[in-house]
Amino acid sequence: MSLLVNLSGLALIAAIVWWFQLLKRSPAADKAAEAAALIVVRDGIYEPGCIRVAAGRETELRFLREDPSPCAEYVVFADLDISAQLAVGRETAVSLPPLTAGEYEFTCQMRMYRGTLVVT
Amino acid sequence: MKEGAGSPAQLFRLRGASCAGCVNKIERALQQVPGVAEARVNLADKTLSVRGSVSADTCIRAIENAGYGAELATVSERELREQQRAADRAHYRDLLWRSGLALGLGLPLMIWGLVTGEMSVHSLGQQLAWGLVGLATLAVLVYCGGHYFTGAWKAFRHHNASMDTLIALGTGTAWAFSSLVVVAPQLLPEVARHVYFEASAMIIGLINLGQALELRARGKTSAAVEKLLSLQETKARVLRDGEDVDVPVDAVQPGDRLRVRPGEKIPVDGRVVEGDSLVDESMLSGEPLPVRKTAGDALSAGTLNKNGSLLFVAEKVGAETRLAQIIEMVKRAQNSRVPIARLADRIAAVFVPVVMIVAVLAALAWFNWGPEPKVAHMLVVATAVLIIACPCALGLATPMSVMVGVGLGAEHGVLVRNGKALQQAGKLNVLVVDKTGTLTEGAPRVTDLQADGDERELLRLLAGLEQASEHPLAAAIVAAARERGINPGEVQDFESITAHGVSGTVDGRAVLLGNGKLMQRKNIDIDRWRETAETLAAQGRTVMFAAVDGEAAGLIAVADPLREDAKLAIQRLKKLGLEIQMLTGDNRAAAEAVAAQLGIDRVYADLLPEDKARIVGDLQADRRLVGMVGDGINDAPALARAEVGFAIGAGTDVAIETGDITLMRSSLHGVADAIELSRATLRNIKQNLFGAFIYNTLGIPIAAGVLYPLTGSLLSPVIAGGAMALSSLTVVSNANRLRLFKPSEVTV
Repeated sequence: MSLLVNLSGLALIAAIVWWFQLLKRSPAADKAAEAAALIVVRDGIYEPGCIRVAAGRETELRFLREDPSPCAEYVVFADLDISAQLAVGRETAVSLPPLTAGEYEFTCQMRMYRGTLVVT
Repeated sequence: MKEGAGSPAQLFRLRGASCAGCVNKIERALQQVPGVAEARVNLADKTLSVRGSVSADTCIRAIENAGYGAELATVSERELREQQRAADRAHYRDLLWRSGLALGLGLPLMIWGLVTGEMSVHSLGQQLAWGLVGLATLAVLVYCGGHYFTGAWKAFRHHNASMDTLIALGTGTAWAFSSLVVVAPQLLPEVARHVYFEASAMIIGLINLGQALELRARGKTSAAVEKLLSLQETKARVLRDGEDVDVPVDAVQPGDRLRVRPGEKIPVDGRVVEGDSLVDESMLSGEPLPVRKTAGDALSAGTLNKNGSLLFVAEKVGAETRLAQIIEMVKRAQNSRVPIARLADRIAAVFVPVVMIVAVLAALAWFNWGPEPKVAHMLVVATAVLIIACPCALGLATPMSVMVGVGLGAEHGVLVRNGKALQQAGKLNVLVVDKTGTLTEGAPRVTDLQADGDERELLRLLAGLEQASEHPLAAAIVAAARERGINPGEVQDFESITAHGVSGTVDGRAVLLGNGKLMQRKNIDIDRWRETAETLAAQGRTVMFAAVDGEAAGLIAVADPLREDAKLAIQRLKKLGLEIQMLTGDNRAAAEAVAAQLGIDRVYADLLPEDKARIVGDLQADRRLVGMVGDGINDAPALARAEVGFAIGAGTDVAIETGDITLMRSSLHGVADAIELSRATLRNIKQNLFGAFIYNTLGIPIAAGVLYPLTGSLLSPVIAGGAMALSSLTVVSNANRLRLFKPSEVTV
């Protein structure tokens, strides 16, 4: 019994590391949505959480915030020094300048909501 | 996808649309308009959204032809803010209600447990009673805390873990274990048949309460931007066909002629065509005295017209106005990252999974080495660890302080470009200041005039002579004459003698104005003026001798006057530990005189504009952290080179674009304010980060039970929930404390 509990505990730890760290780092570009998709902000996530945009071109992302929690109030592209206040229940457009290829994270102020911009 | 479908939508408010038939009719009418890519009616809020390259007027005409009415619905930033505040208020009430409901169940249960000690299941009756309580708690978890569970699930699917994950896991585990005790008590040792329904309900109640209070406190952090937004006028009075027409400010186009009456705000940036009035610009420039505006003068949106009526032509509208740019800059800076937060950001990224692992390890430790009842202890420590850990406090620590700090700067006329500039400003140890326009007013004036005879007559002759000159000093002499109501004489045979002065005939009299060398060359004895001249030169003034009809007639001194507050500001900056260095293209004697007057440590004189950036670079090579203060026009390369470039330009567009920090007030006090504000903000961020780190590094081990050997008891998950709710509230409240910041004052 004791061995079983300990093994279950260790398996749980392994599962946490695997699910939240290892799987998360796998390239997401192939699953990325197009920039035209509406990004819904709700229940602690951006959906879709991975957006693909073309390099070297100005882009506009559209966010629809459905979560009234203050955590969702701002979307921040920290690497680009761009942020936007998202109105509840209304689409907010965020314009991005032409970007070089790479991955750029966008988050809420506290970095709990997380999304990735894949520039290809 | 049709061309233009990806373009931003135009939103119209519809009149007369009431059924699905209307929707089809309007949408069809729009789809026939060339350039429309997509037209969608929302019947619920009676709006129409149109995408494509088509003008609003064309759309409105198409809608009107279809038998309905429409107008362009513009949502100003201010309206958006108001909607946001309304949403916040509704969310606040909702959170309070949910909190009250959860605490309404949890509190009596907790008191029951404390008073009777009967929270265990040992009989069928207890099973039934606790079963009912379990169902009630489930209802509370679903209704009052359902959003935590859906949030946790969605985050989980995206391989993310958030605060919701911790709350859902903590309260869910407590509820699931208690339900197991109720449904199948025989599976557990007798001592472990304890229920924790009260903990689930109390935790949800406390966290909702904490979030409600945090929401309130957060509202205050954006007060500064709201103040700026409130400066924006919503309506404008435009002259159309000779009549004044009130239109929404968004409808004003560059080139429109607008009228503002006394007591009204200027709606857009423009230039006065007609009228004379005092305008209060303090909200933008920080200058307390109203400025007189007449034809040709520039007006800025958001400033207040005081006593006269003005007709002006719009030059910049919407997002192009200076006020809109300032608001945009403040908003962008408020959300930019501060380098000091990088560590917290890295920790926050892995925080939740790490806490989950710690919870499992703590439970295993209690299982392997803890006393009985092991299972109950495992549950309590795992729940307490999950609940007490607060990634929010860590995540909020920097952004909240930056929001308040940047906003506060804007209120004091200090516009910070980004978080990096805010952090670096406090660390500077050398401040390089451009003399002209920063320490001085940037406009030379006649300071002294001495004559053998009539001073007014001498000034009339000199002004007459200088009318023909293009030298900046000449302009000062002509201006001085006009200020005294003197009409300059007529000049003939004007000659400019390079590096010496000027000569000519004014109203038939031979007039000579220039330096000592010129007088010597013309054999004019100036011995009796020499001493006065030397005294004035030592005060940093440029002295010129005057001769009329071959005889010395007097002298005139011109200087770019020091700003009244420059000396006090330098004292403040020195008190803040900065070494002050001055850059100028002036000659060394004049520059040193100014430096001595102001108490400046080092002077670089006789400089060419390109030397300034080189000097900043040399100081940096000496490992100094250099701040550069300039007007943003001539000093752009040096401003860009310095660690922090302070652009003084009374808030001109150029200054806003070039400076890391733009000072709306043309005063060095702004630099001192910025440095003090930077230090206060950094201190606040450090307090927040320290608090959040300490809270988590102490809280988690305590929740895991490290104090058990000393106290003989474990931390209740309810207390963990209370502590967690309090921790993020403390961070936000501490950030709000920064609003009490007041710049220091130095008195003579």
